Amino acid sequence: MLKQLECSRAIAEVIARCRPEVICAYPITPQTHIVEALSELCRTGELAPCEYINVESETSALSVAVGASAAGARAYTATASQGLLHMAEVVYNAAGLGLPIVMTLGNRALGAPINIWNDHSDAMALKDAGWIQLFARDSQEAVDLHILAFRLAEELSIPVMVCVDGFVLTHSVEPLDVPSQEQVDRFLPPYHPVQVLDVSDPVSIGAMVGPEAYTEVRYLAHHKQQRALERLPELAAELAVILGRTSGALLHPYRLDDAETIVVAMGSVTGTIEVAIDELRATGLAIGAIALCAFRPFPLVELAQALAPAKRVIVIERSLAPGLGGALASNVRMALQGGAIPVRTVIAGLGGRPITRVSLRRLFTSAAQDALDDLTFLDLDTGAIDRELARWGDQRRSGPSAENLLRDTRRPR
Amino acid sequence: MSDQRIRFYQTGTFTVGNRLLDPSDRAVQASTARANALTSGHRACQGCGEALGARYVLDAAMRATGNQLIAVNATGCLEVFTTPSPETAWQLPWLHSLFGNAAAVATGVAAAMRVKGKPVRVIAQGGDGGTTDIGFGCLSGMFERNDDVLYVCYDNEGYMNTGVQRSSATPPTARTATTPAMGPERGNVFGTGKSLPLLAMAHNLPYVATATVADLHDLEAKVTCAMGIHGARYLHVLVPCPLGWGHPTDETIRMARLAAECGLFPVFEAVDGEVVSSTPIRRRVPVEAYLRGQKRFAHLFDGPTPDPRIARLQALADQNIRRFRLQPEVTP
Amino acid sequence: MKLPFAITLDPGSSRHNHTGAWRTQRPVYVDRLPPCNATCPAGENIQHWLFLAESGDYRAAWEAILADNPLPAVMGRACYHTCETACNRAKVDEAVGIHAIERFLGDLAIEHKWPAPPCAPATGKKVLVIGAGPSGLAAAYHLARLGHAVTIRDAMPRAGGMMRYGIPRYRLPREIVDAEIQRIVDLGVTLELGVRVDDLPGAIAAGGFDACFAAVGAHLAKRIDLPAPDATRILDAIGLLREIEQGGVAPLLGRRVVVYGGGNTALDVARTARRMGAADAVIVYRRTQAEMPAHEDELREALEEGVQVRWLSTVASLGDGDITIEKMRMTLAGPVPTGEFETIAGDTLVLALGQAVDLAPLRAVPGVAFTRDGSVEVDGALMTGHPGLFCGGDMVPAERTITVAVGHGKKAARHIDAYLRGTTYAPAPKHAPATLERLNPWYYSDAERTVQPQLEMARRQGTFEEVHGGLDTSTALFEARRCLSCGNCFECDNCFGVCPDNAVIKLGPGLGFRIDLDFCKGCGLCAKECPCGAIDMIAEQT
Repeated sequence: MLKQLECSRAIAEVIARCRPEVICAYPITPQTHIVEALSELCRTGELAPCEYINVESETSALSVAVGASAAGARAYTATASQGLLHMAEVVYNAAGLGLPIVMTLGNRALGAPINIWNDHSDAMALKDAGWIQLFARDSQEAVDLHILAFRLAEELSIPVMVCVDGFVLTHSVEPLDVPSQEQVDRFLPPYHPVQVLDVSDPVSIGAMVGPEAYTEVRYLAHHKQQRALERLPELAAELAVILGRTSGALLHPYRLDDAETIVVAMGSVTGTIEVAIDELRATGLAIGAIALCAFRPFPLVELAQALAPAKRVIVIERSLAPGLGGALASNVRMALQGGAIPVRTVIAGLGGRPITRVSLRRLFTSAAQDALDDLTFLDLDTGAIDRELARWGDQRRSGPSAENLLRDTRRPR
Repeated sequence: MSDQRIRFYQTGTFTVGNRLLDPSDRAVQASTARANALTSGHRACQGCGEALGARYVLDAAMRATGNQLIAVNATGCLEVFTTPSPETAWQLPWLHSLFGNAAAVATGVAAAMRVKGKPVRVIAQGGDGGTTDIGFGCLSGMFERNDDVLYVCYDNEGYMNTGVQRSSATPPTARTATTPAMGPERGNVFGTGKSLPLLAMAHNLPYVATATVADLHDLEAKVTCAMGIHGARYLHVLVPCPLGWGHPTDETIRMARLAAECGLFPVFEAVDGEVVSSTPIRRRVPVEAYLRGQKRFAHLFDGPTPDPRIARLQALADQNIRRFRLQPEVTP
Repeated sequence: MKLPFAITLDPGSSRHNHTGAWRTQRPVYVDRLPPCNATCPAGENIQHWLFLAESGDYRAAWEAILADNPLPAVMGRACYHTCETACNRAKVDEAVGIHAIERFLGDLAIEHKWPAPPCAPATGKKVLVIGAGPSGLAAAYHLARLGHAVTIRDAMPRAGGMMRYGIPRYRLPREIVDAEIQRIVDLGVTLELGVRVDDLPGAIAAGGFDACFAAVGAHLAKRIDLPAPDATRILDAIGLLREIEQGGVAPLLGRRVVVYGGGNTALDVARTARRMGAADAVIVYRRTQAEMPAHEDELREALEEGVQVRWLSTVASLGDGDITIEKMRMTLAGPVPTGEFETIAGDTLVLALGQAVDLAPLRAVPGVAFTRDGSVEVDGALMTGHPGLFCGGDMVPAERTITVAVGHGKKAARHIDAYLRGTTYAPAPKHAPATLERLNPWYYSDAERTVQPQLEMARRQGTFEEVHGGLDTSTALFEARRCLSCGNCFECDNCFGVCPDNAVIKLGPGLGFRIDLDFCKGCGLCAKECPCGAIDMIAEQT
């Protein structure tokens, strides 16, 4: 049943129907509305039994989840941006211990400069921590992915991060269907941990592992991710039957038939890209798009197959790997290795910069003419850059670039 | 006092057991039925105070809870020497996550037990580094929320696992790998000090106590008391380290005893933020008696005259004795 | 549960790792000789019987005393307890009141009429014991228990020797002496009293005895010549005490009695004089208190009862109702006269200058030799030069105390037994001493010794009632439990508790502990924290 809801509220409601037993909350924009709503659901008793714990840092938030999960409770938390980095050590730890925690990441840029708006810098910073990372292309998928996340996590004993674009999705209000309790229960069985702290079977969890077995432990972590590549489509199909809609996949193809140019992206920008493609298709341009839902595990084979007919690939990258380009593009190139399809990286929408249909149309048209450099920054204010670089040339110490640029961009031109 | 004289025999309350005592008056450690929560085969150094302290604490807690106990461990010596894969020395459910998050992980375990309605209790434990330094944020949060966790700090006054570096629990003048006995002020600096028990009391915890491995009955009584209370509790146990302190392996308990008997390590308990009792010093000794037995303080005594900073350490001990009323017969 | 690889582990799996391989030294449980045992002239295993008493098993404790000493109730009163002087606890707070516990056990045995443990089957050998004093009685007791037929002969009308005729009743009530002698007689020992043996070889031959133990004591008072108008006013201490005991006419002591000498007998006489109505009892001693051979407690009690002492004084002459004494001065060579005289009031002078042995019956025995100071020469087995004739007690060169006498009795009995069997007796080698330095006194509670009740002063000055009361069950138990158990495990569980590696195995009550060498790393904590020093660390050989 569709209801006009803020995405965060809808996520909170679906989380509640996943019957988490321990929720840890620490405020950081833009995920706060989710945990606020969950606190309400706990207080009113709509979500019970559940321990809702206000912690003093993100490190503690995920640590509490680690303890709860190891003790056999279904655990949930949410974070964003700096918060993810603050808990980084625990992020790796939860994966290493194989604890099926589900965490929503309200994707947001990283400082400095401090910036509260959306991009994928946070998720990319911890892409190799061993978590499954699923990116929601819209609010409805953001809601549905959480059910899938718990099922996948607990089946494989691995933590899952559901990446939801900050503000763009988390704060958008639109008609959304929150799966009913009955629907969720049909899909998500109770949590049966593969290892648990149990006084009647007292194991030690978290041993130190030396050179003789560490590689094998890491191999097994990789193996779990490979298993997820198989299970994710199967589970998504199962969920689709229950919900009557498709949510979650390794990737979502869009108008790929005979596409010469294929755009690869993740998250909410997909919607804008699809509109731009519709417009360009109307002009006769053979262009399509792929929205990656699974970034970890990365569907190398499936992506390679989908991209095989293309003459060129453009990756819309919501984060920057300074000194290289983009993490997503690197991964796409790995999928295409050995082939001759060129992959162009477009850094776009950093720190909440709008990615407009107009800019995308211009970009895609240019790309279709093979006029794109290997690495492009969409809508870069080259004037501001040039002035700052000139300043750098004038004096070795020219003050913080971010402030200089900000001053320049506000200067009447 | 007269009661105690009659009740206890040649050895009073101080030996582990005694065939003449009623079994209920003997330490948990006197019983062959003790849990041995930390069992043989672990890789701790010879004479390790922390191995001893951990078994003392956990066995007492196991008895107090009828073995309904889970332990969460911070990274450190205790974690490393007990669980090098593929062998563990623990015999109770035990979880290690990270260096600085044991208190929060324990909160999670306790929350899981509560939500599942299991009457299982939780102990979090770590060394002084994992407690007073890197883990303090999580610990303070756990305290403030009054989560149902007993946190036990095994204080050996330094980062021993990484090779004896200074922690905020390292005493002034002590030599460590990062406060070498070099330069004009050899060894650790005189800072303001950082008393975790007092910080715990500042959280108004229902129970805070200190103890040493030298007084087992006192230690076990405190663990038992702590396990009888719900909410956040803190126990700070002094565990000498032969390696880091530089004393013979058979002097571990003696060093703990001297630390308490000279006043540098006050043994007390506090309820709801106020000191309610302290363990009186039985045979007071000057700090020098304690310092001299340890190589980490050797530089205080290698000159033609003793280092004047010994007097400052003595002043710290004297302050403890006044503040915690460690010598009730001496009016402050 | 099926555990995830490497990170999650089965409980206690560390026991596969045998850390004993790290060890360079190992703990070994030892028994050490506690100072009480080491110094006891009677060879009592004090620490052992205290251990038994500590658990309240008084009968077992008493029987353990009896293994060495058949007279616990007497000894608990009359022994000067060198054990307590040596007691390690004396350096911690106060010595354990061993004598009081021994007396308690002895009295308990009398009260309950506990018999001595049964004798070994009869050997068919006969032994003659001359003298029914502590030494002779002890020898008779041990010989009887070893299965030999024993006959005791004593010149006095009643048995007990110095226990009856030397030590005053207020220190040693006679019913106690009687009871303990009776228990020995009950073993089948023949007691022949009022029989003086002058022809020893003849008596042995006539009785068909296979061996003889002579312990006739030292009953001859040493005298000095003093100018005196009336020699009847000079008495000897031992004779005086004997007369009083025999209940004859009380000697006329007068109101002011001067006792000359500094031994325990001098104090006994002075205190007896007070009880017999003397207004003044003055001891004249030629040295200072520091040199006085009498026991400190005896002196203190005498002074409490009003006895006076003139230190650094000798008796020069007797006058009429007074006595002239000369002041002495201490030098490195001993006391020397100062030529300064003083006259003090005195009706009677009692000489307590020591006793000599009546060697007459032995003079003619072939092979028997004598020392220059009038004792009988014996070898390490207490045998004289006459085969089968053994001597002990005050007759042989040794300290003259009841405890030494009892010890001689036991020792002689063991050697006589060996002699009768045609073997030799070799005592078990002694353990190394349990010194205070080996103990960890921190573990012992502060517990001051129990004070025995004392008779009120008025009755101490007027009657012969026993001065010291006994302990009761609870105080005796407390006092026994003050024992530090020096050098011998008392199962305090410290080693079991303080091992960081759980490498001490507790075997159960009475069985002690064992080191688990699979895991013992050799840190030495068990040895260091053993309260009583019963663990040694020894180097591993390879």
